[in-house]
Amino acid sequence: MNAEVIIVGGGIIGCAAAYHLAKNGVSVLLLESSENIGDGGSTRNGGGVRQSGRDPRELPLIMYAIQNIWPKLSDMLDTNVEYCQHGNLRLGSTPQHKAILEGLTSRAAACGLDVRMISGDEARQLNPYLSEEVSCASWCPTDGHANPLMATMGYYKMARRLGAHIISGEKVVELRKIKGAVRQAVTVSGNVYEGDTIILAAGYESRFIASTVGIDIPMQPVLLETLVTEAVAPMFWQMLGTADADFYGHQTEHGSFVFGLNSGLEPYAKPGKPLSTSIAASAACRGIMRYFPSLSKIKVVRSWAGWMDSCADHVPVISKVEEVPGLILACGFTGHGFGIAPAVGLVLSQLAMGQETAVDLSALRYDRFQ
Amino acid sequence: MNDRNRKLKPFVPQPDDDLIVCRCEEITKGEIRRAVHDGMFTLTEIRRYLRTGMGLCQGQTCTKLVKGIVARELGVRPDILEPSTGRAPMRPIAMEVLAKDREEKAT
Repeated sequence: MNAEVIIVGGGIIGCAAAYHLAKNGVSVLLLESSENIGDGGSTRNGGGVRQSGRDPRELPLIMYAIQNIWPKLSDMLDTNVEYCQHGNLRLGSTPQHKAILEGLTSRAAACGLDVRMISGDEARQLNPYLSEEVSCASWCPTDGHANPLMATMGYYKMARRLGAHIISGEKVVELRKIKGAVRQAVTVSGNVYEGDTIILAAGYESRFIASTVGIDIPMQPVLLETLVTEAVAPMFWQMLGTADADFYGHQTEHGSFVFGLNSGLEPYAKPGKPLSTSIAASAACRGIMRYFPSLSKIKVVRSWAGWMDSCADHVPVISKVEEVPGLILACGFTGHGFGIAPAVGLVLSQLAMGQETAVDLSALRYDRFQ
Repeated sequence: MNDRNRKLKPFVPQPDDDLIVCRCEEITKGEIRRAVHDGMFTLTEIRRYLRTGMGLCQGQTCTKLVKGIVARELGVRPDILEPSTGRAPMRPIAMEVLAKDREEKAT
């Protein structure tokens, strides 16, 4: 046997689970297929740590993470994860936008979240850089953002420091059962690793790996694009979104702005290596300048793209699998896994250790697609 | 296959550790060497962890220097280290310019 728990996937979810297991003295082996730790959505997302706009099934995880983990994560990981809790403004300019925002707000408020509708003028009081176009917004004061690169590499660094065994460039292609329970992970190079429990957190690739033990999670790869600007003096710290979801973003501690983009063509992106399109950044710049005219001179320095594992009902699967004892799934995060990652890493470690989970996961079971 | 738990030579402070290597983001040689010992074994990981090569020049000055420092710290030849991915745009470009990728229709 190589380790008590084998984790397939070295993104922030896998690294966070490895961190909690190693901290509890459980022997862990983490296998990452690519050359780089956190090469998928973990280091390519926009850094939102927000509750507003979330599906109610996911809200308990993010509320737990914000109340219990995010504020102390920099200390936990000996890494500045740049967590900043200055609220989330979701902006709108039309009656249709207002209806969308009111729907999101009332659903989240019913779950106990402090989120409310505000007028354009109230939004401009919170953020004086907003244009007169903005006529309504939702406001959630306990939302925020963090640096996905630092959080992902921080979990990796601490998991490694605590003794987790981590190997990159080792692509798992098959799981094998022994006496009815999953025990082995077979890699493309032919290596076989064995453990008592296997956590599968490999993004969209999880679909192919889980299928080797007869489990299928309905998800598809969808492209997401992001850009970053040059650093400028601090302007505002809120996380931003829009009712249309045509862009979202924030100013980082470093001074640069990170904006997630949405051109509408993401589900139809060319398969293979994730590539930035020629249209998305330009389209987003038009949207950003309409709401923030003072950003029109700021320079875009870099853009990139990544795949998300878009689940059929847009929330992840975080679950043990009854038919395959020993298997724990964590996939289908649908582009909003970063904010909940600290809570997910914790509950995965609890599932693997047979403990009660800090958050009820019954809405995120693998067998809900029936 | 890259085993992240393989033993490196111990970190020994060097007299030029405060030398700035990435001028845009002001990252020193010592910070890069420390990051290798913290497990950042690839140039992409170094970039994500420290921001080397992510500033205005996009690594046109420091990429080769960082590669040499990381290779020496890992005890490998520099040419086995994969370069980081280049990203558009080639030069920093103002939002109001990037936004004009098509003619505005007359209203």
